[in-house]
Amino acid sequence: MANYYSDNPSLRHHLNHPLMKKIVELKERNYTDREKFDYAPIDFEDAMDSYDKVMEITGEICGDIIGPNAEEVDAIGPKVVNNRVIYAPGTSENLKATVQAGLMGLSMPRRYGGLNFPMVAFIMASDIAARADAGFCNLWALQDCAETLYEFGNEEQRQQFIPRVCNGETMSMDLTEPDAGSDLQSVMLKATYDEKEDCWRLNGVKRFITNGDADIHLVLARSEEGTRDGRGLSMFIYDKNDGGVDVRRIENKMGIKGSPTCELTYKNAKAQLCGQRKLGLIRYVMSLMNGARLGIMAQATGLSEAAYREALAYAKERKQFGKAIIEFPAVYEMVANIKAKLDASRTILYETARFVDMYKTWEDIEKERKLEPEEKAELKKYKKLADAYTPLGKAMTTEYANQTTYDCIQVHGGSGFMKDYACERLYRDARITNIYEGTTQLQVVAAIRHVLTGTYLSQMKEYQEEQVNPELAALKSRLGEMVEIYEQLVPKVADTKDNEYIDFQARRLVECAGHIVLGYLLLQDANRNPEEFRRSAEVYINYGEAEVKKINDFINNFCMDGIGFYKS
Amino acid sequence: MSLKIIVLAKQVPDTRNVGKDAMKADGTVNRAALPAIFNPEDLNALEQALRLKDQYPGSTVKLLTMGPPRAADIIREGLFRGADGGYLITDRAFAGADTLATSYALHMAIKKIGDFDVIISGRQAIDGDTAQVGPQVAEKLGIPQITYAEEIQSIHEGKITIKRRLERGVEIAEGKLPILVTVNSSAPECRPRNAKLIQKYKYARTISEKQNEDSDYINLCSSRSYLNLPEWSVTDVDADVQQCGLSGSPTKVKKIENVVFQAKESKTLADSEDQIEELMIELINNHTIG
Repeated sequence: MANYYSDNPSLRHHLNHPLMKKIVELKERNYTDREKFDYAPIDFEDAMDSYDKVMEITGEICGDIIGPNAEEVDAIGPKVVNNRVIYAPGTSENLKATVQAGLMGLSMPRRYGGLNFPMVAFIMASDIAARADAGFCNLWALQDCAETLYEFGNEEQRQQFIPRVCNGETMSMDLTEPDAGSDLQSVMLKATYDEKEDCWRLNGVKRFITNGDADIHLVLARSEEGTRDGRGLSMFIYDKNDGGVDVRRIENKMGIKGSPTCELTYKNAKAQLCGQRKLGLIRYVMSLMNGARLGIMAQATGLSEAAYREALAYAKERKQFGKAIIEFPAVYEMVANIKAKLDASRTILYETARFVDMYKTWEDIEKERKLEPEEKAELKKYKKLADAYTPLGKAMTTEYANQTTYDCIQVHGGSGFMKDYACERLYRDARITNIYEGTTQLQVVAAIRHVLTGTYLSQMKEYQEEQVNPELAALKSRLGEMVEIYEQLVPKVADTKDNEYIDFQARRLVECAGHIVLGYLLLQDANRNPEEFRRSAEVYINYGEAEVKKINDFINNFCMDGIGFYKS
Repeated sequence: MSLKIIVLAKQVPDTRNVGKDAMKADGTVNRAALPAIFNPEDLNALEQALRLKDQYPGSTVKLLTMGPPRAADIIREGLFRGADGGYLITDRAFAGADTLATSYALHMAIKKIGDFDVIISGRQAIDGDTAQVGPQVAEKLGIPQITYAEEIQSIHEGKITIKRRLERGVEIAEGKLPILVTVNSSAPECRPRNAKLIQKYKYARTISEKQNEDSDYINLCSSRSYLNLPEWSVTDVDADVQQCGLSGSPTKVKKIENVVFQAKESKTLADSEDQIEELMIELINNHTIG
């Protein structure tokens, strides 16, 4: 009888952030749905209460069903029979429970059968699900593809597909190919227009497709014959009921083994164009990926949560030299760092989700009416922040998930190396998070722009302006000093105007920004809820400050010509 | 074919997590120390009912529960999982009921509800473990019953087919509608609460709850009739007060003891009629049985 929501007060803390009032009001358009839908909220408090209740249902399913199934799902995994994926029995049970609980189409408008929840609530459900089983979290969170369908599909397509997703049909996004991984411009899957049938036909191969046997696929394909770059790509919707796509095999992966990663062959598969031709990669996939990256941040955070709980429980229970190992500084420091990185991950996760909610809701309202100049300005502001925080957050949280799960094994000692404890699975599951949906290296490419243009710096200054309780003043002033270091460091690299050198130092600068931003966010959390976050704020800022100083030393001591030693 | 289904459900103290303060000094259950939950096997029963509803669209599932005012939670819980409505029978005069008085009250309420095809209940409640209420309700209503059900397999032309889970195996039984079915814990667990339904029904209240609650949301009940949960007293169900509650209960608790079974109390008998006869007489004489 575990509940992964109600046993975790930090989730309620983030759900109840002050910006939620604005987000919910925009999302609910002043609660007008109440006249049309019996499950729509009548005011802010009612909406918040509903989110809370639905998170409780999520927490219960995760604690009672998905979590307990995780080990077996990891061991059995899915298989391919007659070109179709058969999930592990536990996975099917998990899916059935989430569908029965109505946890599909969480963020979709009610007119398509969704719950119209903000991204914050959807992301929280992913966070909770990932703690239970990161692999299953993928299958469930792919419902976020419906967001892209909603944004870019036409009304007929929305009505055709979104209610199905809300009723439990699964989705996949078919992007990568054997020769198009990080470089999606090289996608070759061919889309040709079939005039006789008035539809598109897809032919070719996709690889590494998560949940590749889904009911509804979004497919990136080359619609413009003779092109070789991203401008020749369009987005298509493939309905499994139409047939034409087979699962050739599923990959034997290191982690997230319950989530089938498929190689797909398209043989004249019937498809619909989604949105406009040629915008597939440059517009739609970018949007899809940003959503997916936020989802992976949630997955990484959930994994860190699981790692923290496993490490803490073991360290309290395991006795050596006559006492519980948590009493030894070497161990309690590790556990405290895991917790600090967990809380830091979660705080940027929800800050980013709120930014996404703000701009996406304004964008949605813009479809209904013209925005006032100040509304438009708000949209722009939050879109930019979401663009800046998504890669930064993805890089930080997924690297942390790797570190927390690694340390979780370390806390377990020799036992952690055995299959007997969950920590080895968490470690394997975490390993993909900083690779897929854009490696950390690619997140740095996206984030460095915001280092160089000052997006992060102006946020830091804004955070610095906020008042904090007196006991947190010292922490705040240390963060202020970290900002000073960062302010000096960025031009030092940028002013060289040497692109290779900037790329070389980019990750360090992005990490610097990350430590400071996460530090400020934890400071705010500790200010609002000292009991829950004070310790993590202290521990994290100790850690982040040392990291910033280390980076500062590295860059200051680095001679540009030294790059030559790194090249082979 | 659409069915009218009634699920009998009880709010019980969660005796699965009993602490040392679970019993009061006078030998009664300390309800304050134990969280009140939906009796587990009644949840299995509800799932069977909801599966029938899935299978036969247009069917309705209504819960019937007897208990103090807070037992309205049971009805809401059912609504969150897919039931269509429910009735709470609550009255001081129902208090202290044993199985006989309980089944009397429930059967009177069922008569008031009127038409039904299937009544489903859990085999037994975890606070009493008698397994008597379901069968007694069937008797009082004069309808057939099938107990220990693990799965309702089908309903066809007025006949229900049920897989029963017995001590040494399974049995397929058939019965004629209307019928009462009691469900074992080996039946599938109940589906989770549903996100839309919890939002739809979270303000569902009985009259007494509305009177005692100071909240703006309660006004919703006047515009949304499905939020009003029927609450019935002894007179509402036309019951004879003498047959309800303590006065209608021949069972009297004389004493409660903590009994720890010990191995030395066991006895090995030879395989003979005489020895069994002797043991029976001994057990009857010391009031272990009979």
